[in-house]
Amino acid sequence: MEYYVILKLIWAGLLCILLIGLGLMVGMDMGVGTLLRFVGKNDAERRTALNIIGPHWDGNQVWFILGGGAIFAAFPTLYATSFSVFYVVMILLLFSMILRPVAFEYRSKVESKVWRASWDWAFLISGFLPMFVYGAAFGNILQGVGYHFIWNGQYFQDESFWSYLINPFAILCGLMSVSLSVYQGSAMLMMRSEAPIYERARRFASIAGVVAAFLFAIGGVWITQISGFILKSGNPAMQPNPLYGQEVSVEVGAWLHNFVAHPILWLVPLIGMICMLVGSTVARRNKPHLAWWLGMGSWAGTIGTVACAMFPFFMPSTTIPNQSLTIWNSTGSAYGLTCMAILACIFVPLIICYTSWCFYIMRGKVKTSDIVNDHHSY
Amino acid sequence: MDIVSPWVVELSRFQFALTALYHFMFVPLTLGMVFILAAMETVYVVTGKQIYKDMTQFWGKLFGINFALGVATGLTMEFEFGTNWSMYSRFFGDMFGTPLAIEGLMAFFMESTFVGLMFFGWDRLSKGAHLAVTYLVALGSNLSALWILVANASMNMPHGGYFDPETMRMTFDSFVALIFNPDAQAKFVHTSVAGFVTASMFVMGISAFYLLRRQHRSFAAHSFRIAALFGIMSTIAVITLGDVLGRLDYMHQPTKVAAMEGLWHTSKPPSEPWLLFAIPDDKKQTNYFEIGVPYVLTPLLTHTFDKPIPGIYELQDQAGPRIENGIKAVSALRRYGEHRLQSDLEEFRHHEKDMGYGFLATRYAPDQDIDKITAEQLPQVVEKTKLDIFPNMFVTFWAFRIMVFLAMYFFIVFAMASYLSLKRQLEKYPFFLKIVMWSIPLPFVASEFGWITAEVGRQPWTVFEILPTFISSSTHSTGYMIFSLCGFLLLYSIFIAAELYLMFKFARLGPQTSHDDQPSRIIAAEQKS
Repeated sequence: MEYYVILKLIWAGLLCILLIGLGLMVGMDMGVGTLLRFVGKNDAERRTALNIIGPHWDGNQVWFILGGGAIFAAFPTLYATSFSVFYVVMILLLFSMILRPVAFEYRSKVESKVWRASWDWAFLISGFLPMFVYGAAFGNILQGVGYHFIWNGQYFQDESFWSYLINPFAILCGLMSVSLSVYQGSAMLMMRSEAPIYERARRFASIAGVVAAFLFAIGGVWITQISGFILKSGNPAMQPNPLYGQEVSVEVGAWLHNFVAHPILWLVPLIGMICMLVGSTVARRNKPHLAWWLGMGSWAGTIGTVACAMFPFFMPSTTIPNQSLTIWNSTGSAYGLTCMAILACIFVPLIICYTSWCFYIMRGKVKTSDIVNDHHSY
Repeated sequence: MDIVSPWVVELSRFQFALTALYHFMFVPLTLGMVFILAAMETVYVVTGKQIYKDMTQFWGKLFGINFALGVATGLTMEFEFGTNWSMYSRFFGDMFGTPLAIEGLMAFFMESTFVGLMFFGWDRLSKGAHLAVTYLVALGSNLSALWILVANASMNMPHGGYFDPETMRMTFDSFVALIFNPDAQAKFVHTSVAGFVTASMFVMGISAFYLLRRQHRSFAAHSFRIAALFGIMSTIAVITLGDVLGRLDYMHQPTKVAAMEGLWHTSKPPSEPWLLFAIPDDKKQTNYFEIGVPYVLTPLLTHTFDKPIPGIYELQDQAGPRIENGIKAVSALRRYGEHRLQSDLEEFRHHEKDMGYGFLATRYAPDQDIDKITAEQLPQVVEKTKLDIFPNMFVTFWAFRIMVFLAMYFFIVFAMASYLSLKRQLEKYPFFLKIVMWSIPLPFVASEFGWITAEVGRQPWTVFEILPTFISSSTHSTGYMIFSLCGFLLLYSIFIAAELYLMFKFARLGPQTSHDDQPSRIIAAEQKS
C-alpha cells in the first residue's frame, strides 16, 4: 500500500479514537450536567454531584477542542464543509457548550437561590443539547447532506437547515447519544458518591443503558431502509480534491455492504450492544467501575459501527454524490499528516497518562459535608 | 467565480472580530496571572510562610473566574473558522490546522487537566507536587499562546507551504519554517509579556484598593511589590518586542506599516516625522491635522537613517502589474480546474506568484467572473483593485497609537510603583494608589488595540497576499449571520455582567474573608427543613 494511503487510514483511525474519547469523557460530564437537577434534590446534593466531576471537566472538554483542531488539520475539507453546512446546529452547540464552563465556575459563588437555579438549568441545557447534536450529526451524515463544490473548492449548501434539524432518524441518533452520556455520567456519579445521590444515579444508569441499547437496535433496523452510498471507483492515493476522481452510487441499504463483504465486522455492533446491556445490569448490581469501562465499550461499539458502515465515506453528498467527502479526498497533505502523526504518537499517550493520574489523585467518595466546608469547591 | 454576498462577509468579519476581541479580554490575564501565581507559590514553598499561600489562593480564585470565560470563549474561536470561514479553512487548513491541533495536543490538554488539580488538589498533593502542577498550568497556557500565534503568524507571513493547483489549496511542506516564522516568535513573546503586564496591573490595582482602605495591609503590600517588579520587567520586554514586530512588518507587510504610520506618501529619510496625531481619510487618501516629531520615524522603524518607508501611493503603483498578472493566473487556474489541460497549468505556473492579486480583482470583474474581463475593461479593473490593497488607515493608525501611548504610560506607572514599593512609601501617596487602581482596565484596552492593529492591518487578506478576505467566508445567508450574531451578543453580554459582578464581589471581600466564607445559608436552611 502506498504511504499516503496508510497515513490517511491512520488518521481516519485516530479520528475514530478522538470521537470515542469525546463521547466518553465529554459525554460523561454532560450526562452529569443533564442529571444534575434530578440526582440532587437540594443545593448541597447538587454541589456534591458537580464536585465529583469538578476537577476533571476542564481537561475532558479538551477532547472536544482537540476534536475540532485535529479535524481541521487532518481533514481540512471535511472541517470546512461539515461545520458550515450544519451552521445553525453548530452555533446552537457552541452556545450551549460555552454556557458550561461558566456554569461550573460561577454557580456556587453566589448564595442566591435564583442564581443557582438558573445555572442548574444552564447545566441541563448545556449537557443535553450538545450530546443530542453530537448524535444527530451522525444521523444526518448517514443519510447524506445536500452540498456541492465549485471549481475553486468553495462549497454550496443545497438544503435548508430544517431538513437536518427536524429529521426523525437524526433525532433517534441524538437521543441514543444522550442516553449513553447519561449512562456514563451516572456511572461516574456512582463511583464517587454516597446515598442518596448514589441510589438515584444507579437507577439512571440501569435505565439509560437499556434505553441506549434499544435505540441502537432500532437504528440498526432503520439503516437497512436508508439510502447508503457506495464508492464505485476512486484511487485511495488520490490528491485530496473532492471535485474529481470518484464515482459514487446511491442505493437503499448500501450501508450494510461492508458488513456483508466482511462478516467479522458484525462483532463491532454486537460488542456495543452487549456492553450497553451488561453495563445496565452491573450498574444495578453496584459495580460502578465495571459499568464505567463498559460505557467505553458502548461508545467504541457505536462509533465503530458507524465507521464500519460508512467506510470510506465521511460525509456523502446527496446533490452530487461523486463529490462526497471520503477518507481519500478530504485529508491534509502527506507531509502535514506525517508531522501530526508523530506528534500524536508522543502526546496522546502522555495525555492519557496525566489524565489518569489526575483521576487517581482525586479518587474516592466526595462527601457532602466536605463540599460545604471547602472554599475551593464549586 | 461565485462570491458570497458582501453583507455576509462583513457580518462574518464583525462576528469574528467580536468573538475574538471578547476572547482576548480573558487571555492576557490568564497568561500573566498564572506566572504570578507560580511565583507566589514558589515563595510559599521555599519560605513556608502562610501569607504566600493565602496570596496564591486568593489571587487563584480571581484567576479561576477569569479562566472559565477564557476557556468558554476559546471554544467559539476553534469552531468559527469552520462555521464561518469555510473557504479559508479548506484553502489554508493543511497549514493552519496543524498548529491549532498541536495547541490542543500539547498545551491546552495539559493546562486544562492540571488546572483542576490546581484548584482542587491543595489537600491531596504535597507542597512540591502542587507547585509542579501550578507550573504545568503556567507552561501549558503559555505554550497554548505560542501555537495560536504560530497559526496567526502563518496568516500574516505565510511560511512553510506552497499553493498546489491539484488540490486548490495551500500545501504544508516545512514544519520548521512554520514554527520558526520570525513573526510567530516575536508575536508570541510580545503577546505573552503583554499578558504579564495585564496581570501585574490587575494585582497591583486591587492591592492598591486594599492599601487605600487600610485593609489586609501586609498581604496587599507583598502582592503589590511582586506585581510591580513583574510589571516593570514585562513592560520593558513588551516594548522591545513591539519594536521587533514593527521592523518585521516593515520588511514583510509594507501595507500594514504604511497604515500604522499614516504614510500615504513614501517617507523621506531621515527627517520624516513620527506622527503623534493625524486624522487619516481613507476615501480621499490623505491626512488631516498632522502633528509629528521629525527625525523619529526612520530610525525607529528601519534602525537606519537612510532607508525610505514606502507609502500607500507607491505600494498601489507596485501592485498594478501584479494585479494584471494575477488575473491571468486565476483565469488559467480556473481553466485548469475545469478541464485539466497541461497547457493551462503551465500558464498558471508562469503567473503563479501573483495569484492572490488575481483573486482580489474578481470583485470588479463582470458577474464576478474573471474570464469576462475584456481588454478595454482591464485597466479599469486594475485601477479599482489597486484602491483595495491596503487596510483601513484610520483604524490601523489609531489602534496602533493607542497601544503605543498606553505602553509608555505603563512604563511610567510601573517604574514609580516599583520605586515606591521598594522604598515602602506607598501609603504616603494615596493619589498614586488611586491612579494605579483606575489603571486596571488599561492593559486590557492596550491588548485589544494591539490585536486590532495586527489583524485590521492585515486586510484585505486573510492569508497575506494569497487569499483575500472577501472570498474566504462560508456561503451563508444573511439570516444565518443575524441569528448567530444576536445569540453571541446576548450570551456574551450576560457572561461579562456575571464575570464583572463576581470579580468585584471577590475582590471586595478580600483575602481573609474569602477564606472562612460560606457555611452556606442556603444549605443551613435546607438542613433544617
